Amino acid sequence: MQAPVSWLRELADVPADATGEDIAAALVRVGLEEEGLHGGDISGPLVVGRVLSVEPEPQKNGKTINWCTVDVGEHGQRVTEGKAQEIVCGAHNFKAGDLVVCVLPGGVLPGGFEISARKTYGHVSNGMICSQAELGLGDDHSGIIVLAELLGEEAAAALTPGDDAIALLGLADEVIEVNVTPDRGYCFSMRGIAREYALSTGVGFRDPADLATPEPNDTGYAVQLTDTSPLEGVAGCDRYVARVVRGVDVTASSPGWMQKRLTQVGMRPISLAVDVTNYVMMLLGQPLHAFDLDTLSGSVGTRRARPGEKLTTLDDVVRPLDPEDLLIVDGADTPLAIAGVMGGATSEVSGTTTNVLIEAAHFDPITVARSSRRHRLTTEASKRFERGVDHAVAAAAAQLAVDLLVEHGGGTADPGVSDVDHRVPAEAFDFDTRLPTRYVGLEYPRDEVLGTLRAIGCDVAEAGAAEGRADHVSVLPPSWRPDLTNGPELVEEVARVRGYDQIPSVLPQPKAAGRGLTHGQRVRRVIATTLAHQGLVEVLSYPFVAPSVFDRLGLGADDERRHVVTLVNPLSDEAPVMRTSVLDTLLDTLRRNVARGSRDVAVYEIGLVTRAAQDPTSAPVPGIEQRPDDATLAAILGAVPRQPRHAAYAAAGEVEHGGPWGPGRKADTSDAVAWALAVGRSVGLGLVVTSVVRAPWHPGRCAQLALTDGTVVGHAGELHPKVTTALDLPARTVAGELDVDVLVAATGAPLAASTLSTYPLAHTDVALVVEESVPAAAVEAALREGAGESLESLTLFDVYRGEQVGAGQKSLAYRLTFRATDRTLTTDEVSALRDQAVAAAAARTGATQR
Amino acid sequence: MSGPNKQYDPVEVAALDPAVVEQAVNDAREAIAAAADLDELKAARLAHQGEKSALALANREIGALPPSAKAEAGKRVGHARGQVSQALAARQAELEAERDERILVDETVDVTVRVPRRPMGARHPISLVSERVEDIFVSMGWEIAEGPEVESEWLTFDALNIPADHPARQEQDTFFVEPAGSGLVLRTHTSPVQVRTMLDRQPPIYILCPGKVFRTDDLDATHSPVFHQFEGLVVDEGITMAHLKGTLDAFVQRMFGEGIVTRLRPNYFPFTEPSAEIDCRCWICGGSGSLDGEKCRTCGGTGWIELGGSGMVNQRVLRAAGVDTDRYTGFAFGLGIERSLMLRHNVADMRDIVEGDVRFSQQFGMEI
Ligand SMILES: [Zn+2]
Repeated sequence: MQAPVSWLRELADVPADATGEDIAAALVRVGLEEEGLHGGDISGPLVVGRVLSVEPEPQKNGKTINWCTVDVGEHGQRVTEGKAQEIVCGAHNFKAGDLVVCVLPGGVLPGGFEISARKTYGHVSNGMICSQAELGLGDDHSGIIVLAELLGEEAAAALTPGDDAIALLGLADEVIEVNVTPDRGYCFSMRGIAREYALSTGVGFRDPADLATPEPNDTGYAVQLTDTSPLEGVAGCDRYVARVVRGVDVTASSPGWMQKRLTQVGMRPISLAVDVTNYVMMLLGQPLHAFDLDTLSGSVGTRRARPGEKLTTLDDVVRPLDPEDLLIVDGADTPLAIAGVMGGATSEVSGTTTNVLIEAAHFDPITVARSSRRHRLTTEASKRFERGVDHAVAAAAAQLAVDLLVEHGGGTADPGVSDVDHRVPAEAFDFDTRLPTRYVGLEYPRDEVLGTLRAIGCDVAEAGAAEGRADHVSVLPPSWRPDLTNGPELVEEVARVRGYDQIPSVLPQPKAAGRGLTHGQRVRRVIATTLAHQGLVEVLSYPFVAPSVFDRLGLGADDERRHVVTLVNPLSDEAPVMRTSVLDTLLDTLRRNVARGSRDVAVYEIGLVTRAAQDPTSAPVPGIEQRPDDATLAAILGAVPRQPRHAAYAAAGEVEHGGPWGPGRKADTSDAVAWALAVGRSVGLGLVVTSVVRAPWHPGRCAQLALTDGTVVGHAGELHPKVTTALDLPARTVAGELDVDVLVAATGAPLAASTLSTYPLAHTDVALVVEESVPAAAVEAALREGAGESLESLTLFDVYRGEQVGAGQKSLAYRLTFRATDRTLTTDEVSALRDQAVAAAAARTGATQR
Repeated sequence: MSGPNKQYDPVEVAALDPAVVEQAVNDAREAIAAAADLDELKAARLAHQGEKSALALANREIGALPPSAKAEAGKRVGHARGQVSQALAARQAELEAERDERILVDETVDVTVRVPRRPMGARHPISLVSERVEDIFVSMGWEIAEGPEVESEWLTFDALNIPADHPARQEQDTFFVEPAGSGLVLRTHTSPVQVRTMLDRQPPIYILCPGKVFRTDDLDATHSPVFHQFEGLVVDEGITMAHLKGTLDAFVQRMFGEGIVTRLRPNYFPFTEPSAEIDCRCWICGGSGSLDGEKCRTCGGTGWIELGGSGMVNQRVLRAAGVDTDRYTGFAFGLGIERSLMLRHNVADMRDIVEGDVRFSQQFGMEI
């Protein structure tokens, strides 16, 4: 909402020395957000000029500029050189003879843009012919201002070259732009802004709606309000005022002051009838509609639309209507407008309209909100009705419009006044005057509370005293504050009028000490830190993917990772589903890094993935008057899909760099597995590694990581070559994905420490030959079991394939380290333990000692 | 050498002559001093202290002396041998020190040669800021609560007093889940976690809800459709807006620096009543709005930085979650993690945060 200071001064007793900045600060104090302060930062000479000559001159750069001479009266070159002003102008929407606005050397335009005579395109340009945007009058950059178009022929005819254009265009006037929150619909009007300013500063306020209106009578234009299917029990229209003005001069345009104000608040002057309705709306907040009376068939009314019905709105769009749309219809049942949103093309006032029907109605916010949303039409009217319009102002608004049409259009008002009023009287509610103190933590005396409530327009009845409840009063909020319905809403009024800056700062102390981070939160931090310590870089990716990514990853048709949650309105139609694995999106991040020139990239991400239920249920949406019953609550929570937290990583290129010390080393499967094991170790878990086949990994290079009880934690290894090709990743990219929730669930119980033996260590090495297909992990497990409790560590230090072990075989060399807890082991004991270990390996894996 | 001398005359035994002994000591000292390294010193030791050295010979002659002469001669030779030993030890120490010194010099490497054998990993700064915020509130006795990102509509909107047709609901630009009417959305704020907590247990509640949230905004320099928030909720007996202000002041001081305070401005949010916009004094210009005579870019010259929204929890929200509004009041606030990161670390473009370029995380390391 844009509020010109000069207009505000008509409605509130703004101190003479108050600047736009002061006024904005006063409005901010009571809760309006300042969006900007326009105007007032312009200085002359800025004058009316008449274009005398226009010479187009094509330039080398393809542009054509105009070399103009302009009569600017007794200013500029006329005074210094005795000739007309010479100005270069890039715009083309004017001709010789037009009246324009010129800024001359020495003038300053908004933004501190100082004008001087300067050389350009081979001429000296002595100033500039201005556009609306250059003067801060709007966003219109399309051409320069032609005054006959901006102000009308008549107003322009009265101008003389050299006239001061700052005063003419109201440029000395500051305009405050504020953001209006959804609860403050009444601030979409000068009336509301002025009221807030008066409330904030304590100055006087003059209500522009306070004007005499004739009593409604039954000779007015016929109005029938019907609504067979009100939304949530609220009728679509509860008040409809209709007034008729006949014989309006079709050629009359609105007066200059009105056009200027409309321009200042960001609206375009169009025609007298339209300008009047807009002006009254900006002043009082009541949207009005002007119909061409001669297109109507004797009466108007409201009803809901019928299935299949259509309306061409005045933006020339044919709109299929919905049975929830409330329509204004004429006597013949023809739709005229979508109530409170936009009028229809057929009944629009036009250049030939002489008889005008003014509508000032009050529509249900929900009805208007839904229609506006459904038709994707946000209009000045819908914005106001959605947020709540003062239902008491309709008659005054209609009267003001009638008066303006009569005065400036020479029309005659019909004596008939229709005011169909079905409003349900608002009810007062009980308010505890101690509530502000209880909520804010600052003492608000009873008198201050009552004073504030009355200042904002409430009727306050001190009924409580009689019943021995002196602290309680009965409050009826004013008609323009439909947002005030309960105690805390009144508390905000009391608090904002005193000022939020008065609220003290007190740190609350929880009575019970907090539990700190949960086990799961600590585990997650440890995992994140561990992966970073492995040389991986944490990144974030959007969790949106294309369903085709599952094909590119090679997932089987019945893979559970295809159970996706899909979005109705995705950011991009190419990525409408939620990821089911972090790798779905992390691999794309890896690719982007490679594309940006990073050859060696190792990234990880910890985040949620979404797995749709096999049979998704929908979540009920109960009311909020009370806590939902347990069954409803269970249905709500049960409909939310499972979203486990995963940690995933991917790496391409070198994990150890080459240099003066030797060659580098590329990431391989062992790194991917080692990182998973490091994550496990970091939370005290030894993960069990087995070889599996699983997409998107290389079938021969995929490790499954599991808890000792068999619960799968995740997978790691090298990606399938088809996957790296399909995803445009470097060959041999490695990756892993682990379920953090499983790791959290498996940990948390205190670990029992084992006693450290200080007896000497004994080492012994064995080399075992096994079939190529036997995994090292199996040999290792057998050795461990056979060696028994005295085995302290077991390390694979060599793998040999070749002639000496035969084709299809491999030799695994292990170092076994023994230490007993209670004595020094003898050489014979160590040999015996080694033999037991070898025997176990032989029995379980067919290993033979080399 | 000569055997025992029956016809004893000490003066006649040349080896024990004081001048000869002194000469031997001097010879030894000269040789020791001349030894340039430990090998030469070893040779000098053999020549002047060894079995065949002059002093060793002299020592042997003492045995043949008459008892009356033994003492004086013994003393003389013993003293001389002690002097030689001392000289040897001193030179030995000197030469060893020189050798050690030389080894260290020889072992010099160019430490300015960069050796990035293993690349360094890093945390994402969004995680680090989030953890820092969590730690601040945990230190005040709060707990960290989390919830799902695909969330029910009721918990995301209705229970927060944002009815279906309310303008505030439309302003949130929500992602909806198929099929239409599923009652599921991508949460637009972490407030549903607050409602879940209130549904789950009775006050007192002091929780911080950090997490990822979603709005259908296009990605640009200051917006991202996926971003992170932290929301706070306190529900207890006697909670007031003064407690809200106190909490926010304590937070901004720990996050942005001593002396930084907040300012509350009236605003509107459906889930709070009264509601307040949170501004924080600009820590770049100290609230003056100008820096070195120029308008402060961080706060746009206003001296204040907008941080987020807050207020007293709307009674309707408390009732929907089953909280006794006669007994309890509460406050809530919500701030952006990206915004905190951008402001605290001068990040100019949102895209750097969200695009996953490793270079962005690598600037920060493991602590922020
Ligand atoms: Zn600043």
